[in-house]
Amino acid sequence: MNIVVCVKQVPDTATERKLRSDDKTLDRDAVDGVINELDEYAVEEALRLKEAHGGEVTVLTMGPAKAADTIRKALAMGADKAVHLVDDALAGSDALSTSYALAQALGRVGFDVVVLGSESTDARTGVLAAMLAERLGVPQLSQARKVEVNGSAVTIERVTDYGYDRVEASLPAVVSVVEKINEPRYPSFKGIMAAKKKPVETLGAADLEADAGQLGLAGAWSEVVDFAVAPPRAAGTVVKDEGDGGAKAAEFLASKKFI
Amino acid sequence: MSEILVLVEHVDGDVKKVTLELLTLARSLGEPSAVWAGPGYSDAAKAKLTEYGADKIYVAGSADLADYVVAPKAELLASLVGSASPAAVLVAATAEGKEIAGRLAIKTDSGVITDAVGLVEGFVADQSIFGGGVNVHSRVTKGTPIVAVRPNSTAPVASAGAGAEETVDVELSDLAKTAHVVERVKQEKGARPELTEAAIVVSGGRGVGSGDNFALIEKLADSLGAAVGASRAATDAGWYPHQFQVGQTGKTVSPQLYVAVGISGAIQHRAGMQTSKTIVVVNKDAEAPLFEIADFGVVGDLFQVVPQLTEEIAKRK
Repeated sequence: MNIVVCVKQVPDTATERKLRSDDKTLDRDAVDGVINELDEYAVEEALRLKEAHGGEVTVLTMGPAKAADTIRKALAMGADKAVHLVDDALAGSDALSTSYALAQALGRVGFDVVVLGSESTDARTGVLAAMLAERLGVPQLSQARKVEVNGSAVTIERVTDYGYDRVEASLPAVVSVVEKINEPRYPSFKGIMAAKKKPVETLGAADLEADAGQLGLAGAWSEVVDFAVAPPRAAGTVVKDEGDGGAKAAEFLASKKFI
Repeated sequence: MSEILVLVEHVDGDVKKVTLELLTLARSLGEPSAVWAGPGYSDAAKAKLTEYGADKIYVAGSADLADYVVAPKAELLASLVGSASPAAVLVAATAEGKEIAGRLAIKTDSGVITDAVGLVEGFVADQSIFGGGVNVHSRVTKGTPIVAVRPNSTAPVASAGAGAEETVDVELSDLAKTAHVVERVKQEKGARPELTEAAIVVSGGRGVGSGDNFALIEKLADSLGAAVGASRAATDAGWYPHQFQVGQTGKTVSPQLYVAVGISGAIQHRAGMQTSKTIVVVNKDAEAPLFEIADFGVVGDLFQVVPQLTEEIAKRK
């Protein structure tokens, strides 16, 4: 089975994240990049699919040169090879542009199943799996908390507000996974060493045979008009419980008409 | 005034509160048209949508709209965008709502904005990003603005619309019917409101100490008619089911009141609740970062404070 797992390098959420004043995009240079947390679950699920059904796991990422660290992490976990879309012309892409570039790359790489995390911790749009399924014309099996492949049939448990839906489709398909679908493995020392020798293909915008007008900041379908650091919330009242803490909290709630 | 499509969220035939919020918001920007997708439409639903300002109600009742994942709803909306040329399309910023918006954006060559917490003239959206650290105004620059609006962003206000009904027969493509919902599994959540929709959320964290102790959180929640949430520490420990996790890798909530009990408030948690209007924190550690964003905080033992609070609320009813 040809498994492609999409990963994204995101700023460490423990650091202060900023938009740049000039182009109003995320300042990726100023922060440490880490693999998007939910993508670790995607890599793990891709590896489990390979272990159960054979085949190969290809890591696909779009991002600046330093996103190579994130590729190495996925390779160290056990993926076989990687494709890195890196080009200044791709910088500032919104979700539509990103899905376009990734879909073009997936068309070139080929796949039976594409696995990705259900959202990134930076943009948090949660739309990419749906957009990729739309662009690639394959089933959307998103928000999966369980994935089972049987021959060309694939079944997932899709998380819903009321519980989950059991969803069936045929491969090829796009699958996005939620946290808790599995327990991502830690890269072993051997895995880390092996990752250094695994092939990473670098692609630029020109390799995608894409309409350049739909890529990068200039091709985006939306824009940030302006932004500001959120003002700190007005200081509230904090009381020490002297045996009446619950009653004081109730008074507060009553003063705000919650009770 | 121009037409604004609002995709109706409904469960068991009932219109969800977020749809009433979206209709209220749409009224301030144009003439709302509700779009009902799937079975379950009734006179009661019509009355509700009309009461909150729907001038038109497009009804597409085919079961296929619910029985295949996301794609059919995006096709329905795309067809309406084509025929009605609306000024904008609003959906709820739920996981599925955002996915519908994403596919619709591609189909209609339009931009999409997710997790708007406000929307003003010109369809300029307010977003709160990076765990609430930065406020952004954004807008769509190509096609029809498609905006996914977070539940609880607007208070629903009734103001009757014309409620003219129009049946829509949408011919779904084969491609829209490739991910088949073969079973819906409903996990019991009791009578509590849904977490992302609830006006009040009471969440418990590490300080709660055990799954059994979550009964305290549930009692407080029930006294307020609230949903129950949990921090990642609590769900990771298995004290409360994962689908109730509030935070960066869980649900994002934006209620009128958020009560955090025994939660220290790491950025990962704040990312899921920072746009709550009023925040109350109970924690024994005075240094807990969540106190920094609390409107009211109690430094104390939650096992003393929470039962007292629950009792006081009951007394005041």
